[in-house]
Amino acid sequence: MIFWKLFYTFCKIGIFNFGGGYAMLALIQNEVVEKNNWMTSAEFTDIVATSQITPGPIGINVATYAGYTAVINAGYDPAFAVFGAFLSSFSVILLPFIAMLLVSRYLLRHKDNPILKTILSYLKLAIVGLIAAAALLLVNPETFGNVATDPMQFYLSIALFAAAFFAILKWKASPILLIVLSGVVGFIVYYLI
Amino acid sequence: MASLWQLFWSFFKIGTFTIGGGYAMIPLMEKELVDRHHWLSEEEFMEILALSQTMPGIFAANMATHVGWRLRGTFGAIVSVIGNILMPILIILALAIGLHYVQGNPVVEAIFKGVRPVVVALIAAPVFRMAKTAHITPYNCWIPVLVALLIWLLGFSPIWIIVATVIGGFLYGKFVEGKEATS
Repeated sequence: MIFWKLFYTFCKIGIFNFGGGYAMLALIQNEVVEKNNWMTSAEFTDIVATSQITPGPIGINVATYAGYTAVINAGYDPAFAVFGAFLSSFSVILLPFIAMLLVSRYLLRHKDNPILKTILSYLKLAIVGLIAAAALLLVNPETFGNVATDPMQFYLSIALFAAAFFAILKWKASPILLIVLSGVVGFIVYYLI
Repeated sequence: MASLWQLFWSFFKIGTFTIGGGYAMIPLMEKELVDRHHWLSEEEFMEILALSQTMPGIFAANMATHVGWRLRGTFGAIVSVIGNILMPILIILALAIGLHYVQGNPVVEAIFKGVRPVVVALIAAPVFRMAKTAHITPYNCWIPVLVALLIWLLGFSPIWIIVATVIGGFLYGKFVEGKEATS
């Protein structure tokens, strides 16, 4: 049953996320695209793009939208999909919420505990690899176009990727601006021309 | 003293008016919680910030949970979290429904074809920025490389990687660094 699986999956994603929004994207990508095949890479990147340009924590936005898409793709009516969306965002915060209530007093006192610090420093290292893997998994014909059947789209995708990549690292360009600009480029190149 | 309604309303504003993810909420949170309502001192705010980043889950929701709990107990935590994520959920849901109905529309498809590679860049770029804050050295760089390869090429689940890292970090901290500290 898709709703039970959504609940279980997003509970897991919530409680195992230790690295902020981008680490959560890596976890969600792995669960909804690689493991459960609820959606394609292209659908997932569309969800991430939409979630970046609307208000709120990216993890909440992606969970909500991914829950909706997963239920729709399973063949249910949009009304059930709305339920799936609420269920996913509820699930993703449920366990961290409980954990936060239970241990916040303890952790405020023990935040300088050396073992805790060691664990967190290793988690930071692992999370760098986690996010790198998510990016690598998303480089595929669904997101970049097929080099054999549509080389023009493929090379333009590479160019857009490289331009955005350098704009972020060099000038700290805003994700919203980059998404809007690349949307305009897409509209002109793939629709008008 | 904060009322439940005040807590809800403050976090509702914080959640509704920040685009760009949870960390973009920090300045607005500081303004609302520290400067405007004086619910927290600057020092308390920084402490809660560090705690919310340490704990699993979503940073902004963790902040809301702790602040709500501190001021009004469990109910305070519930209304703060709901206030924080209500509007974002409704907005993204409206867009999800709308975009579902225009699925396959050539204009929408053209726009997303341009956007997709940029989204991959948005996820790839923080890897290099985080590499600095994670203090990667020639001695520990094998950890992120190994993690990336295990997930990317061998299909390992990130969740097991996180579990393994927590256990490994605990054992190393307790038995290797712990001994060094006492000897």
